[in-house]
Amino acid sequence: MSSKLMIVLVFGTLFGLILGVLPGLGPTTGGALILPFTMTLDPLSAIVLLTAIYCSATYGGAITAVLINTPGTPAAAATCLDGYPLAQKGEAGRALGMATVSSTIGGIFSVVVLVFFAPLLAQLAYEFGQPEYFALAIFGLTMLASIGEGSPIKNLIAGAFGILISTIGKDFMTSIERFTYGINELSEGIGFIPVVVGLFAISEMLTQSTLLDQVFKRVALKAVKLPSLLDYKKTWKTILRSSGIGSFIGVLPAEGGTVASLIGYSEAKRWSKNPEEFGKGSVEGIAGAEAANNAATGGAMVPTLALGIPGSATTAVILTGLIIHGVRPGPDLFREQPEFLYGIFGSMLIANILFFIFGFFGAKIFARITLVPNKLLWPMIFAVSVCGTYSLSQSMLDVWIMLFFGVIGFFMRRYGFSVVPVIIGLILGELVEGTLRQSLVIFEGNWLLFLTRPIVVTFFILSFIALIFPLLRKKKV
Amino acid sequence: MSNVQKQKRANKSLPFFFKDEFKVSFIIILVSTILLISTFTFDIVPPILNRGIQPATFPKGLLLLIIVLTLIVFYLSIKKPWKIEKKLPKTFFLTLLSFILFVIVSKTLDFFLAISLLSIFVSYCWGERRLFYLILVSIIFPIIVFIFFETILGLRFPPGIITNIYYQV
Repeated sequence: MSSKLMIVLVFGTLFGLILGVLPGLGPTTGGALILPFTMTLDPLSAIVLLTAIYCSATYGGAITAVLINTPGTPAAAATCLDGYPLAQKGEAGRALGMATVSSTIGGIFSVVVLVFFAPLLAQLAYEFGQPEYFALAIFGLTMLASIGEGSPIKNLIAGAFGILISTIGKDFMTSIERFTYGINELSEGIGFIPVVVGLFAISEMLTQSTLLDQVFKRVALKAVKLPSLLDYKKTWKTILRSSGIGSFIGVLPAEGGTVASLIGYSEAKRWSKNPEEFGKGSVEGIAGAEAANNAATGGAMVPTLALGIPGSATTAVILTGLIIHGVRPGPDLFREQPEFLYGIFGSMLIANILFFIFGFFGAKIFARITLVPNKLLWPMIFAVSVCGTYSLSQSMLDVWIMLFFGVIGFFMRRYGFSVVPVIIGLILGELVEGTLRQSLVIFEGNWLLFLTRPIVVTFFILSFIALIFPLLRKKKV
Repeated sequence: MSNVQKQKRANKSLPFFFKDEFKVSFIIILVSTILLISTFTFDIVPPILNRGIQPATFPKGLLLLIIVLTLIVFYLSIKKPWKIEKKLPKTFFLTLLSFILFVIVSKTLDFFLAISLLSIFVSYCWGERRLFYLILVSIIFPIIVFIFFETILGLRFPPGIITNIYYQV
C-alpha cells in the first residue's frame, strides 16, 4: 500500500471518528460533505477515504452512546441501552473497551464476508438482464418497509418520493423534460449531494435548533480498558453471532447498521444466560449491538460493489463517489479492475484496525469533541455544507435545493418519515425506471412476460415477503 | 393535571382538520395531485419513437402510489393517532429565518457575506454571547473555508461585493 493511500486511510479514520462522536453528524452526512474534496484525489484514494469514514464513524457513535447516553450515529442507539448504565456504574472504560473490541471483530468479520461474497454475487449478476435488475431494484425498495426507523408505509412513501426526485429533468430515453417548469438548470436533474446534505445536515441543524435546552450529562472516562478474560468468555458467542447477523443484514439492499444493531442486541438478549442484566449495563448488550453495526459496513458494501445497489444510506454516498470518479460498480468492475477492489477490501480491513488503535488510545480525546457547543458547531457545518454543495457543479441552484430539502427533511423526521428511504429511492430511481422501460421494450409491452423469468419471480416473491414482514412482525408484537 | 395530559386532552377535542395526521396527509396529497396534473403537460412521444412507456407514465404511477399510501397512513392514524409533537421553539423559526436571509443576501450582495451573517445570527440566537467566538464562526471560519475551497479545489465563487475584492474585479 502506498504511503499516500495510508495517509488518506489515517485521515479518513480520524475524520470518521470525529463524525461518529458528534451527535447529528455521522458517516452519511460526513461522506456527503467530504465528497467534493475527493475530486482532488484519484478514484481509489477517494473511495478508500469514504470507506474509512464509513467504518470508523460507525464505531465512533459508540463513544457518545456510552459517555453521554446519546447515540453519535443512529446505528449506536442500541449501544446506549447498556453502555451508558455501565458507564454510570463507574465502568466507562470497560464499556468502551467492549464496544471497541466487538466493533473491530464485527468490522473485520464483515470484510471477510465482503471478500468472499461480493465476487460470488457479481458472478451471479452476469446472468442478470434488464428485467432481473428491475426486479432486484424493486426488492431493494420494498426492503425500505422494514428499515427499522418509522412506519413501513411512511418509509415506502419516502422511497417513492426519492424515486420521484430522480425523474426530474430530461428523460434519459427520449430527452423530454419532466418537472423542470422552464428552469434550464433542472434539465440535468437534481444532484444527489444537495439532497443528501439537505436531508441530513441542514435538517439536523434545524432539529438541533429545537433541542437547545437539552443538557447532556457526560460520564467521566479515565482510560479505555481491554475486556477481561471473563468478559471475553461471556461475550465471544454474542460477538460472533452479531457479526454474522450484521453482515447478513448489511448485504440486504437498503438495510444498514441501525437495523443490524437492533437485531444484534435483541438476539444477544434472547440467547443470554442473564437477560435480566440487559438495560442495566450488560457487556453482552454492548457487544451484541456494536459487533452487529460494524459488521453491517462490510455487508452493505457487497451489493454496492457487486450490483450497484446500495446496502445502506452511507453506501449510497459511496456509490455516488464511485460514479463521480468514473467507476461503474457491478460485475464488470470485478472483471476489469480487480486491483481496485482489492484496494477497497484491504483499506477497509486496515480502517478497522486503525479505529481500534485510535479508539483505544484516543477515546478520551474524541470524547472531548462532544464538548464543542452546538451554537458554534452548526454554523460551521452550515458554511462547509453550502460551499461543498456549491463546489460540485458551481451552481447556486444546488444550494437552494440543499436548503429546500433541509426544511423538507426536518418536517419529514418530525412526523415520523425517515429520510434514508429518500436517498435510496433517489439513487435507485434511474435504475428502476430505466430497467422497467428497457424490459418493456424487450417484452414488446407485455407486462406478464416478467413472470416467465425465474430470477425475476424470485425477487418479486422476496419483495412481497419484505412488504408483509414488517406488518406481521407488528401484529406479533 | 400534567402538561402532557392537558395536551392530549386538547388534541382529542380538536376537529380532525387541525390534527397533524390530517394536515400532513392533506399537504402530501395536495402536492402530489398538483404534480400529477402537471404530468399531463409533459410532451408525448410519437408511437414510432416510444420506448416501452411514455415519459409521463412512470412519474404518474409513482404519484398515484404516494397518494394511495398516504390515504392508508391517514386511515391508520384514525385508529392509532400519531405522537403529539412539542410546539416548535422560537429558535427554530429564527434559524429558518436565517436561511431566508441567507438566500436574499447571497442573491443580492455576496455569497460569503451571507454565510458570515447567517453564522453570527444563528450562533447569537442559539445563545452565544462571547465576542471572540462570534468572530470565530462568522469571520475566521468562513475565511478558512473560502481559502480552502478556492486554493485546494480551485473553485470560483459567485461574484459579490466581497468576492469581487478578492478576485480584484
